[in-house]
Amino acid sequence: MESAQIGQRSKAEERRMLWLQVKQNKECYLMMAPFMLIFLVFTIIPVVMSLPMGFTDFDMVQLPKFVGLSNYTTLFLNDTIFIQSIRVTLVFAIFTGPLSYILCFLLAWLINELHPKLKTIFTLIFYAPSMANVYISWQLIFSGDTYGYLNALLLNLGLITSPIQWLTDSNYILGAVIVVQLWISLGAGFLALRAGFQNIDRSMYEAGAIEGIKNRWQELLYITIPSMGPQLMFAAVMQIVSSFTAGTVAQTLVGFPSTDYKAHTIMTHAYDYGWVRYEMGYASAICMILFVVMLLCNKLISKLLSNFMD
Amino acid sequence: MTRTIETVKGSNKAVGNRLAGNVAIFAFLLILGLFMLFPIYLMVIMSIKPVHELFIFPPKLYVIDPTLDNFRDMFQTLSEMWVPFSRYVFNSVFVTICVTVAQCVFASMAAFVLAKCKIPGGSFLNKLIVTSLLYQSNVIYIMQYIVMARLHMINTYWALILPSVASPMCLFLMRQSMSTVPDAMIEAAKVDGANMFTICWKIVMPNQKPALMTMIIFAFQAAWNIQGGTLVYNEALKTLPTVVAQAGSAGLARMGVAAAGAIFMLVPPILIFMLAQKNVIETMAHSGIKD
Repeated sequence: MESAQIGQRSKAEERRMLWLQVKQNKECYLMMAPFMLIFLVFTIIPVVMSLPMGFTDFDMVQLPKFVGLSNYTTLFLNDTIFIQSIRVTLVFAIFTGPLSYILCFLLAWLINELHPKLKTIFTLIFYAPSMANVYISWQLIFSGDTYGYLNALLLNLGLITSPIQWLTDSNYILGAVIVVQLWISLGAGFLALRAGFQNIDRSMYEAGAIEGIKNRWQELLYITIPSMGPQLMFAAVMQIVSSFTAGTVAQTLVGFPSTDYKAHTIMTHAYDYGWVRYEMGYASAICMILFVVMLLCNKLISKLLSNFMD
Repeated sequence: MTRTIETVKGSNKAVGNRLAGNVAIFAFLLILGLFMLFPIYLMVIMSIKPVHELFIFPPKLYVIDPTLDNFRDMFQTLSEMWVPFSRYVFNSVFVTICVTVAQCVFASMAAFVLAKCKIPGGSFLNKLIVTSLLYQSNVIYIMQYIVMARLHMINTYWALILPSVASPMCLFLMRQSMSTVPDAMIEAAKVDGANMFTICWKIVMPNQKPALMTMIIFAFQAAWNIQGGTLVYNEALKTLPTVVAQAGSAGLARMGVAAAGAIFMLVPPILIFMLAQKNVIETMAHSGIKD
């Protein structure tokens, strides 16, 4: 009995060790404190408070009432618009997610090959859409009358005979929204990758050249990508968030609700129940499902990326 | 002798290839860039278009008779509001500076600890940061409201500033970037007797300029667009995005004014962007981390 415990620490001892470690790193905890305190109060506490809401009936006037899994069963069994919104979100995520991730990386890399002055200008050009007012810029192009630029162009070329309602015709809504989403997708991930490229030590390329790296493809493959892992991961998370939670772009551009719910994403559905019908419990359940999907997606991508990096 | 000449020829060819490649890259980026800029260009055109040119068919890619009427209109509307325009400007500038500075300072320190110190609870916090980024729910806003009501922060500047400072995105960016800093550098500084605070600000941060500048751009952009929503109902505490949107929202004829407002709001983030990017590129030309 005694001999079995040799080399094993007792629980109390372990706790003491942990406390010692915490005390040794007092400085570290102090440095984290300001951010973590604000983060705890204004992000974590609200998040934790919102987690159980999916199991309740909550209209923001009365206190939440516990209803078990009924929100979730209704969602999957009786809410056809929710099923439609899953389809829209997936189509959206598949089209915008991987494509814009690759675009972010490709453009960040190509820009990095240019002269420093040109770097700033091109980075600004590609990032500008993320800062601009989406609605005003695209309303002019997709406007459904003959004064819309796209309609005018197609009419002039003789490709169409009457203007197309890009933003209300159910055949075109999703396409239009995907185009706009791609336009603004060179955002946080793109800038982070640009910063990552900037941070790579130039002398590594000189060393690479001596060791026989001939062209920029090899530089990219053997020097750049292996040292960009963290930034690639950041961009992936940002891309997951922006492609799965997209909804505001569609809402401002094609109106709410969109014709035949063609651009009705899961986020739009949650907005509908939350801020239009004040069924916060139900909206919360919708968000929870989306969260689980995004978590799984994140797991998958970080696995893929770490395999790729090794 | 012949061999040296051949190698020189070979490297000349490589240099030539690189130059041709650069030209090709430039051309490709230029074409794609023009596509990206086109909608913004249209917005600029719209803002200087007089009303009588709105209904020309086909719509032109230039303005025949450019005017600043829309901008004048916008500022006129803004100055006629119940609260003086300067107050909105002050609110926006004040909130933006507070959020940007607080976020960059606090998030950098936390990121340093999370990236480079092996402390109990560190990996849990790292996971928490990413997970909280993925959790998006409109119920959070209600809970934030409840928390802030409890802290008596509704209808104060705090309500505009603190939720934005609590955003984990910048921290995540900085943490990712700092994780590439070699441990040896930090160990060496420790041996020299530097404390963690000094290591963070004097040794690691100067090497993280690209990430810091990117963080400033993100933080500024997010803060500049803070609307306040239900957290602030006092007119004197409202920010520019709210009132500029109001000034331009009245149908098609006001589209020009709306465009003018959008451009007015776009100028400060672009200026910050240019300053930050210029800084990155200049410093990176002659520095680097050596392992």
